[in-house]
Order: sequence, then structure tokens, then C-alpha cells
Amino acid sequence: MYSDIIALMRPEFLLLAQIVFLLIYDLFVCECGKKYFDTIACGLFVVCSVISFYPFGGVTVFGDCFGGMFSTSEMSQIVKMILCLGALLVFLQSKTWLNDERIVGKRSEMYILTLSTLFGMNLMMSAGHFLLFYLGLEMASLPLVTLVAYNKWSKESVEAGAKYVLMAAFSSGMMLFGIALFYGSVGVEGMYFDAIRKYLMVQPIQLMALVFFLSGVAFKISLVPFHLWTADVYQGAPTNVSAYLSVVSKGAAVFALMFLSFRMFANVFVYWQYILATLIVLSITIGNLFAMRQTNMKRFLAFSSISQAGYIMLGMIAGTDMAMTSVVFYLLVYLVSNIGLFGVVSIIENKTGMLTISDYNGLYKTNPKLSLAMTLFLFSLAGIPPFAGFFSKFFVFMSAAEEGWYILVFISLINTVISLYYYLLVVKAMFITPNENPIEEVKSDCFSKIGLFICLACTILLGIFSCVFAFISDASFALF
Amino acid sequence: MEQSMFIALFILIIPVLNFLFIGLMDDKLKPKTAGLLGILGLTVVAALSYFTAFDYFFNYGKVDGMYQSFYEAFSWMKFTETLSIDLGILLDPISVMMLVVISTVSLCVHIYSMGYMHGEKGFQRYYAFLSLFTFSMLGLVVATNIFQMYIFWELVGVSSYLLIGFYYEKPSAILASKKAFIVTRFADLGFLIGILILGYYTGTFDFKVLTDTNSSVFTSTPAATFMGASVLTWATALIFMGGAGKSAMLPLHIWLPDAMEGPTPVSALIHAATMVVAGVYLVARMFPVYFILTPEVLTGIAYIGAATSLYAAIVACTQTDIKRVLAFSTISQIAYMMVALGVSKFEGHDGLGYMASMFHLFTHAFFKALLFLGAGAVIHAVHSNEMSEMGGLRKYLPITHITFLIACLSIAGIPPFSGFFSKDEILVAAWEGDKIIFFCQYFVAGLTAFYMFRLYFNIFWGEEKQYEHIHKEHADCMTIPLLFLALLTVVTGFIPFGQLVTADGFGFDLHTVFEIAIPSVLIGVVGILVAWIMYKKPTQIPDKVATSVKPLYVAAKRKFYFDELYMFITKKIIFRRISTPIAWFDRRCVDGFMDFQAWWSNKVSVKIKGFQSGDVQLYVAIFIVAILVISAIICL
Repeated sequence: MYSDIIALMRPEFLLLAQIVFLLIYDLFVCECGKKYFDTIACGLFVVCSVISFYPFGGVTVFGDCFGGMFSTSEMSQIVKMILCLGALLVFLQSKTWLNDERIVGKRSEMYILTLSTLFGMNLMMSAGHFLLFYLGLEMASLPLVTLVAYNKWSKESVEAGAKYVLMAAFSSGMMLFGIALFYGSVGVEGMYFDAIRKYLMVQPIQLMALVFFLSGVAFKISLVPFHLWTADVYQGAPTNVSAYLSVVSKGAAVFALMFLSFRMFANVFVYWQYILATLIVLSITIGNLFAMRQTNMKRFLAFSSISQAGYIMLGMIAGTDMAMTSVVFYLLVYLVSNIGLFGVVSIIENKTGMLTISDYNGLYKTNPKLSLAMTLFLFSLAGIPPFAGFFSKFFVFMSAAEEGWYILVFISLINTVISLYYYLLVVKAMFITPNENPIEEVKSDCFSKIGLFICLACTILLGIFSCVFAFISDASFALF
Repeated sequence: MEQSMFIALFILIIPVLNFLFIGLMDDKLKPKTAGLLGILGLTVVAALSYFTAFDYFFNYGKVDGMYQSFYEAFSWMKFTETLSIDLGILLDPISVMMLVVISTVSLCVHIYSMGYMHGEKGFQRYYAFLSLFTFSMLGLVVATNIFQMYIFWELVGVSSYLLIGFYYEKPSAILASKKAFIVTRFADLGFLIGILILGYYTGTFDFKVLTDTNSSVFTSTPAATFMGASVLTWATALIFMGGAGKSAMLPLHIWLPDAMEGPTPVSALIHAATMVVAGVYLVARMFPVYFILTPEVLTGIAYIGAATSLYAAIVACTQTDIKRVLAFSTISQIAYMMVALGVSKFEGHDGLGYMASMFHLFTHAFFKALLFLGAGAVIHAVHSNEMSEMGGLRKYLPITHITFLIACLSIAGIPPFSGFFSKDEILVAAWEGDKIIFFCQYFVAGLTAFYMFRLYFNIFWGEEKQYEHIHKEHADCMTIPLLFLALLTVVTGFIPFGQLVTADGFGFDLHTVFEIAIPSVLIGVVGILVAWIMYKKPTQIPDKVATSVKPLYVAAKRKFYFDELYMFITKKIIFRRISTPIAWFDRRCVDGFMDFQAWWSNKVSVKIKGFQSGDVQLYVAIFIVAILVISAIICL
């Protein structure tokens, strides 16, 4: 009985164990032991992640426990793996920032808080009940508030934290209202997802519930018009936290929405397809239009991530197994490219404090490797072959076009041209625009180098090795 | 068997690693290290290739008296149940034979280049490109399917482009590399279309299925036709177009003479021994398809080959740049191989042409590489490509002289050198196939002997010129490859090729057909004698002959105006009549649409700036309004 639960919840238990271990380690180990804190935390995370997902003896355990509250499937495992990879990459990039003398004393908190959010996300992925889902969601967002406000001395960081907590509280309220409406229309039983699928009719109250509930999720994904917090928070938060917000936190919300819409809202899918289509067009277009005019690198990345969220949702709209595969694949590619991009930005910010796009003028002269890496990530995000971003966009467009969303695909295609424009603006700044005093040569620590290397390798190889896509495809096929 | 696949994989991996390492390190490596690394890698590759060949031919390859093809691949992209693109390794008689040819010539060129390219700028880059080329060519011959072959085909084209343009500061080299790339790319367009048609109608890219005469490809042929010919005819003809581009068949041959702008060892490797025979290899690889499904295309190949060999032989008689003479001789000899394939049949001794073609490919690779490397040694010594600035060099370059003579005798078809045996088999096959082609090839054999000895006498005999700083020859990395290739030229003719490489896998014995061999040797001797009389000592005879057939001589010297014709077609017709309207459409309509997009995005983005004000209150208000609006829409 208990062994079943442990086997099913292996990743979650290991995350909890890590949190506890890091807490104790930080409290009781002398100063000299703390020097290696980053190494130990990252190493432990890698080991635990491998243990979590390695199919020991070829036996992979999928199933339910706690009376259907918690369930795992092959797909949920893949999704958790992707989130873990994202968290690992963020950890690797955070070392320089965490060793800043102003926060070096509390660096353990960053790991602990991030692991807690990861724990919450894992619950969201596996939830079979609204209670657990909501718990996971809050668990995933509350620690983020403290992370956003981590740089206490910085006014912007604190302001961003305040904005984030206000908006998050508001959107949680909306979402809870939606859940309450579900509860009201279905009854006690109706907190279980399976039950809701059974009882979900086309009643106004349930559709209202759906809208309120989805707006909460859309807030996390930062779809237009629920995106307004994004730019301010990304700009104020420490760069590495912005990376985490823009990729892992957003990814978790996307995956949750994906599971919910395929598991629960299948009946009413057609009703919200048009709503979703509108949100997609708005997100892609408005994200692009704002991104064009930004001068601050982090704000620029925030709007680019809004527009990318639109593309992710575009994969979702078809509602087929191909759609699911393309969403997961897109997110994986987006994860490595975007974290890589944030990685370069954070390296430069942490060493020099430079953050506007014009600061990057002439970067190629002094930092050719970083500029090349950044160019590659930008190309991948813009969807230029042969990088992975091209393939992920291609699959997303294909899955939408297969179901007849031609106009939507066409609008998105036009928008890729606009996005190419602003991504290339950065490339132009680095390579072409002349600058008398470009940023001096930056030396990054080996953690960031490893992180960037992983990102680069994935960005180049994910598209070429079709086995990754086939692997995800098999898992999503099993769900249908 | 398993082990052989593993070894074959290594044969591919070593050059690509070499390329990456030398290419990435570039100036950080000493030139000598880069060269030695390349040589070391190629030595291993050559040893492994020899082992693979030996193992295949004498150990496991033959099952029930028939050479089998062995196959190991994984699926890379899957389109339908049957149609997928695999990546893998195919071992059969011709691919194994090609492994030997490529690695041997490549090794010789690697060693030779240590001397020839000594002190050149970009020495490391040169070796990196050589490795890239070797990798691509090896990959091409072991490809398991036509698409994989296409990938390597393009890679070969790219590395050839890079090496022709190696002296990138020389405008003529840049022009030549561009020309080579554009012409072969144009041919490859046909190749690609052919592949797609073939894949669409037969449902497979695999050579294994395409060459298995019992497979469904041969039992059920598609009935679709296009412009009076069946789609398969189109497919195979278009695929041959790709082969004709790479193998410099008429009228796509124009790039090869110009490609001589590259370093001479490169010409020996790429433009004489290996890459240019890729077209022949392609036709041989798909021979069952050509022979059984589209015999009319095969006949066409025979005639194109015959015309090309005659054309190139005539032009070669008039050229004065020694590398260009060799280039035209290469075109002519490759055309010989194409002819042999074109007249060949499939089963048993009827497949003599196929065997002869592969045999000639094998022997030609060595003696032509030898000729090029010898020419390289001459150029290295006198610093010129022009025949008129050479003469009497036999005293200065004794080893080059002897080895060059051996190669010339071999290409002229004089026994016991290898060229005699293979050319003889081709002539026999042509006699059995088509009499017109036979007489054409017979005449070309005479011409070949003539122009090769014209070259020989002009370089090594004749009047001695005043040479400044002539390099005296001594035993070093430049002469060793010459001696080795000369040895191969002497012995390879005695290989019982008919037992090893045949169209259907069953071996047969070769007999020298004296009715054909004796006249063919005789015409070779006649050609040599004519050259002897005309060029052994400086005389007035060549000029007299040239003036007596002046129109023909001038036309041949200008390569029958093919370049001018191409320039006319591209500049006057394509650029002016077709490209200009398209450019107009592109500038006005396509660009106009893009400009419009830029214009409105700019306008709108200014307009909506205000929404991102930073006020949380406004954010929440928009949030609520959005929810209400959506609810209203969805509930109505």
C-alpha cells in the first residue's frame, strides 16, 4: 500500500527530502562547508532528478493513489522531467548572482524556495482533484513572490514582488470563484476531475465557471489580456528569477491547462476554442508589437515570452494527440532557447550591470562566444532552420492547420516575420552597430558555462534528432 | 559481418573527426601537425578499407556463389509505413570497391600535399577540407538509400566548391568554384526531383528494394505518364541528370575544366579519381532500375557517353594548359564508363559492360590520379601550367618522368598496364551492344593515345627551356605517392575483376578477345607514333596541321563554344526575359506587402503603448473587463 504511494510519488518525495536536507545543511554546517553550497545543491538536484525519473528495472509505475486525487501517466512524467530540466538550468545560471555579497548569506533560500515551487508544480501536473490542484498552484506561486523580491536593496525588485503578489492574489480569487461555481453546479463529487467530465454540460453557469477558472491559468501563462503584470515583474525581478518565471512557471501552467483541457473539458472544448483563438491572436500580436519598442533587455524578453505563449497555445487549439505532442515539444525547445537567452543576459548583467539593448552594441568584438550563443538562441526563438525552434514552430503550425485553423496559422505566420524583426535587432546590435566602448570581456563561472552548453546543444540537436519528438508523441498517443 | 559494419562506421567517423578537429583548431595547430594528423587518419581509414574489402570479397560476402549486399540502418525520418529516410551503411561489391579507391587515392593525395602545399597560407584549412571531402565521398558510396546518397552528394559538392576556391584571393579560382557549384547544383535540382518522383511512385528510397529484382518495384510499375513518357522514365532520366552534372557529361561538363583552378592534388583526388565518378557510381548503383524499368534511358546514357567521350577527346588535342588536357581526358574517360554501363545487360556474362565500367573506374582512378600528381610535380618544378613553357624535363624530374610515362601508356591502352585491360573490356561490351558506339569509342581510343603523348612529349622531351629556380626532385613525400600509384597502375589490371564485381553478383571469367584487343592496341600505337613524329622534336608539323583544319581547330580550342552558349542563354534569355519581371514582382508586390506590415506594426505599437502604464489598478480593471466580456460572449 505505502510502497505503491512512494513509487508513484517518487519525484515529489525526493523534492521534499531535498528541501529538508538543504535547510538542515544550511543551519548546521560551518562557514567553510557553505562555500560548496551551490555545488552540493546542484549535484543533489541532478542525482535526485535522475533517481526520480529513471525507470528502475524497466518498471515504470503509472496509476492513481489517494482515491484518485493523485495520478501519474507517462506524459506527466515527461512533463515533470522537462520542468526539472528547466529548474536545473536556472540553478546553474544563478551562481554568480547568489554569490553577490549582499545576498550570499541567504542563498540557500533561493534553492529551497525554487524546489518548493517545483514541488507545487508537480502536484499540479498529477492532480486529479481541484483541492490538490489549487494547493499545488499556490505552492508554485507564493514562493515565487519572495524570489521576485529577493534583491531587497533594489526598489524595482520589491515593487515587482508587490505587483506580483497583488496580481497573483487577484487571479487566484478569480480562479477560486470559478472552482466554486463548478462545485455549486456539480456537488461534492464534482471536485474530482473525472466527475466533472461526466457532469459537464453546456450550462451557462458551468461555462462561466470555465471562463473564471481559465482566466486564472491564463494569468500564469501571461496570455493577453491577462499579461499586464509580466513586463513589470520580469524587469524588476532578478534576471534568473525572470528566467524561471518565463519558462518553468509558465510551462507548468501550460502543461496543467493541457492536462485539464484534454481530461476534463473535452466536452466543452468547442466552446472555448474560439475564445482561445482570440487570445492567441491577441497574445502573439500584442506581444510582438510591444516587444518591438522595448529598449530594456528584460522587458524585451518579457514581451517576447508573451508572444511565444501565444504560439504555445496555438498548438493546444487543435485538441488532438498531435497537438499535445507539439505543445510539449514546443515548450521543451522554448525552455532551452529562452533560458539560454536569459543566461547570457544574466551573465552580462551580473558582471557589468548593463541591461539595455544599446549596451549590447559591438558585443561581438569583445565577447564573440557569448554573442554567437545569443544569436543562436534568438534564431531558435524566431524559428529559423535548422535550429530546434524551427521544428517546434513547424509542428505547432501543422497541428493547427490539420484541424483547419488556416486563418489563425496565417496570422501567426505573419507575426513570425514581425518577431524576426525584433530578434534581429538584438543580433544587429551585437554584430553590426559600431560602438566605441563595447562591454568589456566577460568571464563567466563554470556553472553558467555548463548551463549554456546544455542549452546550446539542445537548441541545435533537438530538431535534428527526431527521436525526441517521437518519444513525446508515443506518450501523448497513450493518453488518447 | 557485424564486425565489418562496425569497421565501416569507423571508416566514416575518422575523417569527420579529423575535419572537425583540424577545422576548429585551424591556426592553433602547426601546419605540420595538421598534415600529419590528416595522413595518420587516412592511413587508418585506408587500412580499415582494405580489411573490409578483403573480408567482404574473400570471407563472408559470397553466399551460394553470389555476392550479397549487407545492410545496417536506422530510420531517421518516417513518412509512411514503407517510405522512410534511413541512415546506414550498405556493403556490396561496388561500395566496397569504392572504399578502396577513395581511401587509397585520398591517402596518396594527403601525403603528396605535404610537399606540394608546403608553406601555403591556409595549410590547416586545406587539410580540414580534404578530410571533409573524404568523409563525404565515403559516406556517398556506403549510402543505403538514395536520399542519404543525396545528402552526401551535396556535401561532396560543397567540399569540392571549397577546395576549388582554396586560393580565394585569386578571382579566377572564385569564378571557377562558383561555376562548379552552380552547374552541379543545377544538375542536382533534377536529381532531387527525380528522387521525389521515384519515391512517390515506388514508395521507397532504399537501394535494397530498388535493386532487388523480385521486389514489388519491378513487378508493378505505375501507369502514370507525363508528356508521353512514363513517370519512371522521367524519374530515372532526372536522376541521371544529377549524375551527369557531377560526372561532367555533355552538356553539363563546363565546370570541370575550370575546376582545375584548385590546387593540383585536389584535382587529382576530386576531379579525376573520386567525385567525378559519382555519376557513374549512381547509375551503377541503380542499374537494375535503369535496365529493367527504363531501358530507353540507359540507351540514352550510352549515346550521351559516346558523344561526350568524342567531344572531350577532340578538345583535349588542342588545349595547351596541361591540367586542362588532363581535365578533358578525365571527361572522356568517365564517358567511357558511362558508355559501358549504357550498353550493358544484366545477367551473367551479358553484364560485361557493367563489370567493365567498374573495372575502368577502378584502374582509371589510379592512373589518372598518377597523371595529375605527376602534372603537379611538373607545375611545382617550373611554376607554370603552360605546355609552351616546358620541355626536356626528363633530366630534371626522372621519377616523375617514368611514372608519367607509365600512366600515359596505361591510359593509351598499351598492355600490360591496367588501362589496357579495362578499356579492352569496355570495347568488347560496346561491340556486343552497339556497333556505332563501338567505332566511336575505338576512334576515341586512338585520340586518347595521341593527346596523352602530345602532352608527354611536350613536357619531357622537346626543346629545353630556360628555367629559373627549378626544384630538383628527390625522394620525399611527393615522389612516394607517385611510385605507389605507378605500382598500382602496373598491377591492378591483373585483378580478376569479373569474379568480384558484376551486375548480378555472380562472377564470370574474363577472356581477352584478340579480335578487338589487337586493333585497339594498334590504334593506340598509331596515336603514340603520330604524337612522336609531331612533338618529339620541335617541328613545324603541328602548326601545319592546325592551319589545314583551321575552323575545326579553333572551335575545338574554344571548347566548341559551350561556355559562350551558356553565357548567351543565362544572360540574354534567362536574366533579361525571365528574371527581370520576377524581380519586379518581388520588389513591388512581395516587398510592398512586407513594408506595409512594418508600417502598420509600427503605427499600432505606438498607439497601444499606454496600456502598459505600470498601474496595478489599471491591470486589474483590464483583467476584470476581459473576464466579463469573455463570459458574455461564451454564454450568449
